[in-house]
Formats: sequence, structure tokens, C-alpha cells
Amino acid sequence: MKKKLELYIHTPFCVKKCAYCDFLSFPADEQTQEEYVNALLSEIAWYGRQMSGYELATVYIGGGTPTWLRTELMLAVLDAVGNSFLVQRDAEVSMECNPGTVTGAKLQSYRSAGVNRLSIGLQSTEDAELKLLGRMHTYEQFIKTYEMARNAGFGNISVDLISGLPHQTLEVFSGSLQRVVRLRPEHVSVYALMIEKGTPFYDEYKFDAVRQQGGLPTEALPSEDDAYRMYKMAQYMLEEAGYRQYEISNFAKKGYECRHNIGYWTRADYLGLGLGAASLIDNVRYTNTRDLYRYISGADAIKSVPLSAFQKEGQNGEEAVHPASAASQQGIATNLHDEAEPVARKAQMEEFMFLGLRMNDGVARADFERCFGMQIEAVYRRVMDELKAQGLLAAAEGRIALTDRGMDLSNYAMSKFLL
Amino acid sequence: MTADQSKIRNFCIIAHIDHGKSTLADRILEHTGTLTSREMQAQVLDNMELERERGITIKSQAVRVIYKAKDGEEYIFNLIDTPGHVDFNYEVSRSLAACDGALLVVDAAQGVEAQTLANVYLAMDHDLDVVPVINKIDLPSARPDEVIQEIEDVIGIEAQDAPRISAKTGLNIEEVLEQIVEKIPAPKGDAGAPLKALIFDATYDSYKGVIIFCRIMEGTVRVGTQIRMMATGAQDQVVEVGYFGAGQFIPCEELSAGMVGYLAAGIKNVRDTRVGDTVTEVGRPCSEALPGYKKVNPMVYCGLYPADSAKYPDLRDALEKLQINDASLYYEPETSLALGFGFRCGFLGLLHLEIIEERLEREFNLDLVTTAPGVIYKVHKTNGEVIELTNPSNLPDPSEIDYMEEPFVSAEIMVSSEYVGAIMKLCQERRGVYVSMDYLEETRALLKYELPLNEIIYDFFDALKSRSRGYASLDYELKGYVRSELVKLDILINKEMVDALSFIVFKDSAYDRGRRMCERLKEEIPRHLFEIPIQAAVGGRVIARETVKAMRKDVLAKCYGGDITRKRKLLEKQKEGKKRMRQIGSVEIPQAAFMSVLKLDED
Repeated sequence: MKKKLELYIHTPFCVKKCAYCDFLSFPADEQTQEEYVNALLSEIAWYGRQMSGYELATVYIGGGTPTWLRTELMLAVLDAVGNSFLVQRDAEVSMECNPGTVTGAKLQSYRSAGVNRLSIGLQSTEDAELKLLGRMHTYEQFIKTYEMARNAGFGNISVDLISGLPHQTLEVFSGSLQRVVRLRPEHVSVYALMIEKGTPFYDEYKFDAVRQQGGLPTEALPSEDDAYRMYKMAQYMLEEAGYRQYEISNFAKKGYECRHNIGYWTRADYLGLGLGAASLIDNVRYTNTRDLYRYISGADAIKSVPLSAFQKEGQNGEEAVHPASAASQQGIATNLHDEAEPVARKAQMEEFMFLGLRMNDGVARADFERCFGMQIEAVYRRVMDELKAQGLLAAAEGRIALTDRGMDLSNYAMSKFLL
Repeated sequence: MTADQSKIRNFCIIAHIDHGKSTLADRILEHTGTLTSREMQAQVLDNMELERERGITIKSQAVRVIYKAKDGEEYIFNLIDTPGHVDFNYEVSRSLAACDGALLVVDAAQGVEAQTLANVYLAMDHDLDVVPVINKIDLPSARPDEVIQEIEDVIGIEAQDAPRISAKTGLNIEEVLEQIVEKIPAPKGDAGAPLKALIFDATYDSYKGVIIFCRIMEGTVRVGTQIRMMATGAQDQVVEVGYFGAGQFIPCEELSAGMVGYLAAGIKNVRDTRVGDTVTEVGRPCSEALPGYKKVNPMVYCGLYPADSAKYPDLRDALEKLQINDASLYYEPETSLALGFGFRCGFLGLLHLEIIEERLEREFNLDLVTTAPGVIYKVHKTNGEVIELTNPSNLPDPSEIDYMEEPFVSAEIMVSSEYVGAIMKLCQERRGVYVSMDYLEETRALLKYELPLNEIIYDFFDALKSRSRGYASLDYELKGYVRSELVKLDILINKEMVDALSFIVFKDSAYDRGRRMCERLKEEIPRHLFEIPIQAAVGGRVIARETVKAMRKDVLAKCYGGDITRKRKLLEKQKEGKKRMRQIGSVEIPQAAFMSVLKLDED
């Protein structure tokens, strides 16, 4: 029986960086994109061989704007995954997609290459808001992309929205929600705008963000109360339309929850490939370098390591070891990784709680016991009692989950689980 | 080394803050070859790190230098540096008493300031010959002729031949040295008379015990002399005598009348050696002690608490160590419901408080919570008892109080005439009683007010500076106690009284202070899951109220994918924030809130 693995692949390129975005993404010319994909192919091939004891339950191609890559480049990546890894038959294969970067043919080729879930970054249905955000597309372009995706045979589409935009009113936001709901995507994500350091939005709205957080009158951002109402509105309207909230920002029709993301929140083993990607394998966390040129040269070097270097351990009957650790023993892949850090038992427990509680179903007692050999109460009784008394946490049927109010105050509640 | 009295000059340098006192001291040392420039680290006399940073002198220092004058003779100069702040006036007066003359440094651009005057009067009180020096003549804004005129007009001393120098560049320092020889009298005193020495400072050395800084007025002291402190009665045998090299003690055989130096006698406690006390010989005592000794009492009190309550023993040890070198620091344990175990500490003034606080934080690595500073109130109870109140929490029930008194100071404020109005307004706001106003010259006035000490310990000095654009200077001394309508202002957070936030306030100011306090606390206290009322109350009656709204939303609705570290960091920051909080009932109050009372009088 193979072990399950979630695979994430990062494509860091964007036509232009959005004004609020602090993810690892940037514009790049064709040649750089090609060099990057070549490096990525090496990394995929390399890890595919090393992770022969695993099979992929999900694949997620994120960015950046993966759909901006030339079709052949993306197909090469998808092929490499299929050739290098064992992929479960019913695997969820997602790709992030930005409106205006695809054609019908492009989408069809993704579909044929096995992509079965598309996550479209809409963010707003108001062109004025899209412009403010620095998005490259209009609402109309999104509609076209959406229709093309349906026509290409995508039966599992997710649409992203951002709430709490500068100058956004409740009415405008509800308009965005309504229009999205009418399209009947299988999945909707609603993220609250975060004003992140290093973004143009930070320079513009940092003081307003502090005011908002403190419940003081704001200038451009919605007041804290309105931001809260938007969140509540999204919950209400989406539930009414037949979506179930299964995580803080995520809503899905039954059976369409994003399995890849659930993998993160349940601390499944996941492998992240590409620039800056993070992996968690057997409770060791690896993070790839965020330096593009180091990444490209590192991935190149990895090719030259003979497979035999890692096969000894497998022959001893042990589970396959994560190649990154083996490679760094060889002093080879160190260029690719910024960090390889075992997650201590205490931190594992903390993560189990603060990630698991993001989901509406919360965490299962049995899972905690299986992972740590003790009951949740043995570690967290005091915290749980406190949060229960505050009406933020509830326990039922072997599960422990945040209440609605607990969700509203999830940062507060989750911080309590840090030991 | 014994010396001919006529070749000794004992003097100090007096100046308003920033007029260049320490720089001149440095130049004198340099010029007499005591230190080469390379050896000098900024200003050697201010050798406490904090003193250098703040550019002020906290403890007295002394140094001996040899100067070969133009007459061909070698002179011994004992330069005694005096503390430069009104908080330390008593120490200043004792240092002056150890001198025979004073160099008065006046900034050629700024002219005579409040402290210049106060210091000159103090020097004259001690019969010191004052030698004016005009400093900073290299400044473009220097106006030496006018300043010389000002010194003659305002202070009434001859200043026409005052050296015009730049201590910074070293210009005309030679002239200063010559005038020290010419104009400052040599000490007098009979080396054969019974020992009579003035203590002007003391320090603690872990090997030698207490080291007494003294000026020998009469007689001679040497190793083996049995000495006695006339005020404290402490006595011991002298194990070492010597004089002050630059930054070091240089032992010698004896110190005789007219000399300045140190003696060590294995005394363990600095409290036994009080500044101003007289040292004499046990077997052959002098007939009477030197005049002017008084025990200095703290004027300002506040609570000092460790931010981390586990650090209480560390704070206690640190205070103990500081007190060894600073007899004017007072402390006793106290307990606060809000802050736990800590100390009620007494200081000479707000600067002294700040210095101690900073030293505790810096030298002892302690994180402190300070409560609002207060003065000593006299509470006259109906049963005739009088309590000296230093902690507002100890105020008796109003029914037991007949009346209360608060300390007043006589303040002299020197200000450019264009700001006289603004400063008078400030003084009025602070309940000042106008005494007089004199124009020292057309553009400058000397304002005299009587002010409640309570009103000037917070931020009077800052307000003074800001309302005069820096052109006002202040000097004050304690005048006495005045009957006053005072009340205790209590703060209730979520209906619970927070003892550490209580303070005594003039009755008519209570409403205003209470309101501002609530506003300030509303900003400082983070939102909780529930609504938190903040109330100010006097005698159980609420006079002001604010509310911290309940937190409704605290959610990170953003997907970081597999990048758990960022999410973790955010939660850790949140949790870390909680650690710096004090739990009062169910409310967590940041440490900073306790300090916010100090900054109520923004202007």
C-alpha cells in the first residue's frame, strides 16, 4: 500500500504584480520562464524517483499565474508529473487560472492533460475594484473565461472573491457575491483583504488598516463592523445558495471541497515543488529557496546525483526517506532548500489544532490520539474549557470545532493553542 | 604628596545645562596633559554611561591636575564637577562648599539662563569667587559683548576680562587656566588643627568599601587615622587616602588642610557617609561640624514593579546595588492588587526617577512598570494624627480626613519676553501663584511663581520648553506645605478598581484628569471578547466613562497554502502580546497603560 501525498507546484510568474499581493510572484520574460520550467522539470523528475513509495492524491498548480505560461511549458510540467509520480485514478488536479490569460484551446489542453479542477481568481465583479486591485482583467473577461472553462469540460470550478476592499460598500460586495452565485461554480473562496507589508496597498492603507483593526473610523477601508458584516454576508448568501462553509474562507457544494487544501489543514504529507514551495514530509518541513537563480542552478545540480545514493535506505526495509534530506546529506540539494527543519512534537500538536480548527468540522479526537498517543484533553483541557466557557469552542461526536463566534475570532482562539 | 597651600586651587565649573561645562572640564584636563585626546572618551568627568548619553552630570566627580603657570610655578588644580540638575541641588551645594572658587560658563549665544543664576547665587552663598568664562564664541550666533554686559547687569559680577573661549575647539583655554591661578583664592586652613573634612560625595567600591570624597578644611588625615562621621556617628580606621587622577584613584600618604581627595575606611554602607557630613578624628575631634549638613529627603515617589513578576528578587537586588552608590534613593516593598509585588521608591525629582528607571532597565536588564509619580502629601486626620502619604492607595477614608496639605515650590523661570504670556498661562493652569516678574534686559524676563510640586513633576518642563520654543529655563526649590483641596482619583476597569492607577489630584482638576485618563486607557486597552467600561471615580462617584467595544472579528481569512510558518508567526505574535499584559479580573491590560498616566498633559 502506497502512502498518500499531496503535490503542490509553484509557478511564480505574473503579467504584472497586483497591488495587494505579497505572494511569491513577479513578471518574467519568456526565456526566464523557460529556464524555470526546465529546472522545475528536473525537480519533478528527481523527486518523482525518490518518492516512489507514495502516490499522489491531489495535485495543485498555483502561482503566480500558472495559466500565463505557454501551453507547451505547462503541458511539459503536467506530463512530467504524470510520468514521474504515481497518480491516484481519482486524484484532484487543480490549477489556478487568471481571467484573460487563457483561450478555449489552452483550457482544453489542460483538461486533456488531466487537470480536473480550475480555481479562477475573480476577486470582484466590479471593474473599478478590479482596477484598484491592479488586476489585468475585467468582469466580462472573467465571464468569458468561465464559459470557456465550462465548454472545455471543467465540472469543478472555484471562484475567488476578496472582501473588505478600499471604498467597498456592503451593497457592492453583495453584488459581487450574487453575480458569482448565479454562475453556480462548485466552489467559492472568500478572502478578506489583508494589507501586507511590501505591497503598494501597504503604503497606501497601512494606517487605515490599523484603524480598522482597532475599530476606529477608517478612511478608505471599510470599518471593522462593515468588514465583519461582509464576512457574515458571504456566509449567509453562500449557505442560502447551497454552499456549505467548510473552512474560514472556503465554501463548496457537497463533495466539492478542495481536497488539496484539506490536506494542509489535516497535516497530510505534502510535497511542494518550485520556487519557495514548502513541503511537510514525515514531520520534517522543507522550504525551497525564494531566489530564482539559486533555484534554477540548484535544480540543475540535483540532476547529477545518482539514484543509487538513496536506494540503500529503501533496501533496508525502511520507508522511503525524503530525498531532500538524503540530498542534503550528500551536500547537493542544499542549494535548493532554504530550510529543512523537523517539526517538534509540541509544534506538531499546535499545528494540528490551529490548522484543524480552520475547518468547520474541526479536528477529530481520534486523529489526535493516533498522532500523539494521548487525548486532546491531556494537553489542552484548560484552553478548551476556557474557550468553551467563552462560547468559542464546541465538542460533539468525537470532534472539536470552533463555533460560529469562534470562527469570527479564530486568531484569538487559535493563539490559545500555542503551548 | 604634600603641597604648599598657596599652590592649590579648588574650584568647580557652574553652568546652565548645555552651556559646555563638561567640554571645558575636558579641555582643562587635556591642556594640563592629564589625558591625551586619544585617551579621552568624549567627556571623561561624566563617566556614567547614562550621564554621557544625556549630557548631564548626575554624581559629583573630582579630578586633580597639575598646571605649570606663566609665572613658572606648578599649581595643583582640584576640579570638582557638580551635578547639573535642579533635582540634585543639595549635592551641588555640598560640592560648592568644597571649593574656593567657581568658573561660571556662559554660552555666548544663549546668555544667562535660569540655572546660571541659581548656580551663581548658590556659589555666592558659599562665598566662592566667581570667574566668568564666555564659551562657544565660535558659534555664528555668538554675541560675547552682549553676554558679558548681561552677566554684569543681571548677576552683578565683573566680566569685562572674561576669557572668550571655545571649549569645543580649545580656543583660549590657556587664558582660563591663568585666571584660575590669578582669581581663585588658595585654600586656607591649619594642617595641625583637629581634623575637619567635608564629604561632598561617596562611591562604593567592591574591594575598598565606601570611598569618601572630601575636602580637608582643617587638620590632616592619613592611613591609620581613626575617623568619625559627625552626623551619622559611624567610625572606622582609614585604610587608604589619595587624590583623583583622571578616572582613577591615586593613593598618597596624607591629605592636609586645603586638599581635596578621597579616603577609604572599610565602611560597608554608603548610608553611613552622607553628603555634607563632617569627618573628624575620633581621638581629637574638632569642636563643631561644618555648617550646611542636611539629610536629603526624596520629593517624588512612585511604584516600580517588574513587568515579569518572577523578576521581583532581581529588582530588589538591583535597587540594593544602586542604593549603595546613591543614598538619596529610597525604596520599600509594596504590593499592588494589579501589579503584584514591587517597591515604592522615592527620588529627588523626576529626572532622578528617570535615571534610576533607565539604569534598572539598562544595567540590570529589567523590564519595569512604573506607576504615576506623586509627591508626599500631609494628611491631617480628624484624630489629630498626621500621615505623610506617598502611596495614594494608603489614603485614609475621607471621613477620617480633616484636611490635606501638598508641597509647594518656589520656581524661577527665565524666558524671552515674547513668551511671557504663554508661560504665565501655563503657570496658571498648573495652579501657580504669581510672585513677581523682573525684566533682566529688554528681551528677557525672570518670572517667579509658587507652584504645587505635584503640578510640575509630570511634564511641566516639557510644556515649558514647547510653549517657549525652548527659550525658557526653570529652577525651583521646595518652599513648604500648603493646605489644599485634594482628592483621590480612582480608575475602574470593568468595574474593578485598579489600585496602581489611582492618584491624588487637585479637586478642581479631577474631572478633567479623569476624563483624559479614561480616553487614554481606552486607546491602550485592546479589545476583548466583551465590552469593557473604563471609569474614573472620586470617592465612589463616577465622574468620567469610556467604553472599549467588544471585539467582533479577529480572523485571518487568507490562504497561505503549505506555508504554515507565516500563520504560526502571526499567532505567536498574538500570544506574545498577551504576555506583556496584566490581568485585572478578566481584563488584560498592557503594561504601557500604567505609564500612560504620565503623559496626560499633552500640549
